[in-house]
Amino acid sequence: MAINFVEPLYEIVRDQTRCIKCRVCENQCANEVHRYDKDLKVMLSDETKCVNCHRCVALCPTHALKIVKSNNSFKENANWTQSSLLAIYQQAATGGVLLSSMGNPEPQPVYWDKILINASQVTNPPIDPLREPMETRTFLGAKPKDIERDENGEIKTKMPPQLELSTPIMFSAMSYGSISYNAHESLARAATELGILYNTGEGGLHEDFYKYGANTIVQVASGRFGVSKDFLSAGAAIEIKMGQGAKPGIGGHLPGQKVVADVSKTRMIPEGSDAISPAPHHDIYSIEDLRQLVFSLKEASDYKKPVIVKIAAVHNVAVIASGVARSGADIIAIDGFRGGTGAAPTRIRDNVGIPIELALAAVDKRLRDEGIRDNVSIVVGGSIRSSADVVKAIALGADACYIATGALVAMGCHLCRSCHLGRCNWGIATQRPDLTKRLNPEVGSQRLVNLIQAWTHEIKEMMGGMGINSIEALRGNRLMLRGIGLTEKELEILGIKHAGE
Amino acid sequence: MIEGEFRNPAGCAIAAMINTSGNRFSGEDIIKSIAVMHDRSNGLGGGFAGYGIYPEYKDYYAFHIFYEDNISKRACEEYIETYYDVVNLSKIPTRQIKEITDAPLIWRYFVTPLKTKLDAAQLDEKEYIMRSVFHINTQIKGAYIFSSGKNMGVFKAVGFPEDVGRFYRLEDYEGYSFTAHGRYPTNTPGWWGGAHPFSLLDLSVVHNGEISSYDANRRAMEMYGYKCTLLTDTEVITYIIDYLTRRKHLSLEEVASVIAAPFWETINRKSEKEKERLTYLRNVFASQLITGPFSIIVGFDNGLMALNDRLKLRSMVMAEKGDMKYIASEESAIRRICPDAENVYYPKGGEAVIIKVDNKEVQ
Amino acid sequence: MKRVYVNEKWCLGCRLCEYNCAFANSGMDDMVKALKDVEINPRIKVEKANGISFAVQCRHCKDPLCVKVCIAGALHLDEDGVIRINQDKCVGCHSCVMACPYGAIMPSGHGVMQKCELCLQNSSKEPACVKGCPNKAIVYEER
Repeated sequence: MAINFVEPLYEIVRDQTRCIKCRVCENQCANEVHRYDKDLKVMLSDETKCVNCHRCVALCPTHALKIVKSNNSFKENANWTQSSLLAIYQQAATGGVLLSSMGNPEPQPVYWDKILINASQVTNPPIDPLREPMETRTFLGAKPKDIERDENGEIKTKMPPQLELSTPIMFSAMSYGSISYNAHESLARAATELGILYNTGEGGLHEDFYKYGANTIVQVASGRFGVSKDFLSAGAAIEIKMGQGAKPGIGGHLPGQKVVADVSKTRMIPEGSDAISPAPHHDIYSIEDLRQLVFSLKEASDYKKPVIVKIAAVHNVAVIASGVARSGADIIAIDGFRGGTGAAPTRIRDNVGIPIELALAAVDKRLRDEGIRDNVSIVVGGSIRSSADVVKAIALGADACYIATGALVAMGCHLCRSCHLGRCNWGIATQRPDLTKRLNPEVGSQRLVNLIQAWTHEIKEMMGGMGINSIEALRGNRLMLRGIGLTEKELEILGIKHAGE
Repeated sequence: MIEGEFRNPAGCAIAAMINTSGNRFSGEDIIKSIAVMHDRSNGLGGGFAGYGIYPEYKDYYAFHIFYEDNISKRACEEYIETYYDVVNLSKIPTRQIKEITDAPLIWRYFVTPLKTKLDAAQLDEKEYIMRSVFHINTQIKGAYIFSSGKNMGVFKAVGFPEDVGRFYRLEDYEGYSFTAHGRYPTNTPGWWGGAHPFSLLDLSVVHNGEISSYDANRRAMEMYGYKCTLLTDTEVITYIIDYLTRRKHLSLEEVASVIAAPFWETINRKSEKEKERLTYLRNVFASQLITGPFSIIVGFDNGLMALNDRLKLRSMVMAEKGDMKYIASEESAIRRICPDAENVYYPKGGEAVIIKVDNKEVQ
Repeated sequence: MKRVYVNEKWCLGCRLCEYNCAFANSGMDDMVKALKDVEINPRIKVEKANGISFAVQCRHCKDPLCVKVCIAGALHLDEDGVIRINQDKCVGCHSCVMACPYGAIMPSGHGVMQKCELCLQNSSKEPACVKGCPNKAIVYEER
């Protein structure tokens, strides 16, 4: 046997005095890490298979398990780090492109953490959300240019198509196929209960979920999987996916093993075949082509639904967004470089794109400078981790936020970043029936509802502290933000002052 | 650091009076009224707006301008002469009093746009005036237009409002309505231009409060070509009202439903039609919603509007006697000039009170 | 009355219910102490075959066969609808084990029988199997 250069990254520490050998760890690990040895009468582990997903840790009834980073180390080298060596060993062994899942974990700056929020003192009273109304209702969509009145002088209230959200948060695109039926059902039910929207992703919409259409955004991506007239009419909005923050400039790849019968039917592709989305839409090679697709989709849906164009945050995102805002799109979704994915080439995920904070600030400013900010709403995603991130995003200029990783975490995901293996122990990023049943949508949807309600409470608390009692007065209110530890240039791009100014 | 380079939140006193028959009266009383609320100001700004005060020039725009020096004056006059026909110009009469110091040069011009220039600009006349005002205020160093309406004028300075009134000889003016403001800026010394009222064209706004939506409002208004040079709340409120009324043709009632919008829970209780209308206004003009405490009195050609923020976080009271209507931060300010005023009324949060002169032609 | 129901669609076959049951009825306050090196004998049993799994325990029948066949008067249907066993009266004849169509009564290992009494009288105070189920496959509710 050839030398295996890849060494286990984790150690499973089992407290043998606590272990009651119930074998729950064993029966819950799809990676087959744990096993019971009848002769030794103990539980043993094979750490080379462990992905550190914590399923065993979470279910161990006596808390006998923990997973720690292995301190097995290479000779210290600040340049040739452990991760760079391991990547080379892996590629030397396989000749393949490195694959990863979920968002970029590298230590590039997180600007959210370098922005602080204001509060009122003396000259302006804070408002207590427990005692006074505190409004988070948000509309997304283009605003009319002129007010029209009828013969009696009454305002004609007809608007371009709008989305109404009870709180400025939506679940962003995750396809059926990349995540399970039960994960989709959880998202759909939670969105419906919350009065927000979830997004089908590029894999079509399972027939069982058409009933959640009023709270669904249907996505049209370059692979056009599952796109039909019924699909386009099923949701409240249509999203054209031009790019994804985790992998700008490339398409998608759903391995054939995840294309099980139901997924194949929903995607309208043969069972077991790889679902490959091309890097570009083959009918969009320029901005004018995008305009044609926007209007094709509007035609197909009788101009009743707003069209969202989702782009990845790349270097010249402001100019691109300006083009999109003039393309007839009603909403622009921008996905930052920390956004998640079910599978992406590691080098692209970790090196392509820009932070959402900077992209958002640049896009909002650009659209205002051009006087076209009212043409479109802006939705941002790509690692919104908390209610504070939402507040900061809205104050920078976003209308609403998209969350996906946060939603997965709420459903149990532990960010082991192994989605591409298809063996998700939490029943989310897998199609194996014995694993998908681990996510009971009743539990999953309730946890999502809890999360968004908790965030909304916190958003209201922060708004109240600022003396703002309606979310629209926070939107673009950059004076409510201050930077900390940022350079002049960073502050200039974010359009905020430094703390103390 | 001078005003306009930083944001300056402020507390304040406001007062106004109007004769609904359009009869003109002297500015004497409004000084007395605002003087009662001395403690609500701190001597860092006071001012007045009078409507119907220039009947002899009522067809001309009255530009009131502060100049730092003669250089700025020459530059500004050169600009005005290029674009306007000036029918009269003079120093605004003032009285030397020890309480008011460091006065800039204060000039007044009655102008009308040169027809050729107006035609060439292909702009509505009022838009033409607005652009001139922004040009002068942002491009001509040391010049600041603080009043640009017809048959109305703003008078303001650094000082307590009663001193400002005496300084400008307000008792010599007669108008059918006056508004007044005493300022309590919460940080550095005020600047003459930063005093209230804020005015653009015929609109003037006096304001007590500090709005928390400021930067959301400012960034929206700047997109529509308004330049918020002073970084004060009142300036942006003035521009919002100008934008909604003049450019979007909203009625003042509709303006109130935008800037002090009813809460959704209130809207939900309305009839279907009204719900649609209010939802439409809130959605379309979301960036013009003003949050945080404010009480404002808006002066316009022919009337006044009083409005509180949606939670009524600032005091404001009204009363009347015959065809005189009074508005003030405190009732005492009304009693001082009209001891037997009747029908004392405290408008609710978000409730617009609009008072118009019955007969447009001023007596 | 509230009963324990099992939805096999969500049962993962992890057997946590069995261990939680055994612990709740152990009379001890620490699971390790209660179950370490012990062959557990829970009152709920997970049945597994062909990728399907579900837990089985007493259904607290309205017309219980076990009570009818008990020769010692040890089993009785209480007013609250719970079928309880008085182990002091049980003579270990196994009639109830034979009669129960669900296999929900079993020998306790001490010569007498045992069955699920919904944990109402042990330290858990509510069904421990339900409380500990990670996927809401076992619920305790009125139907």
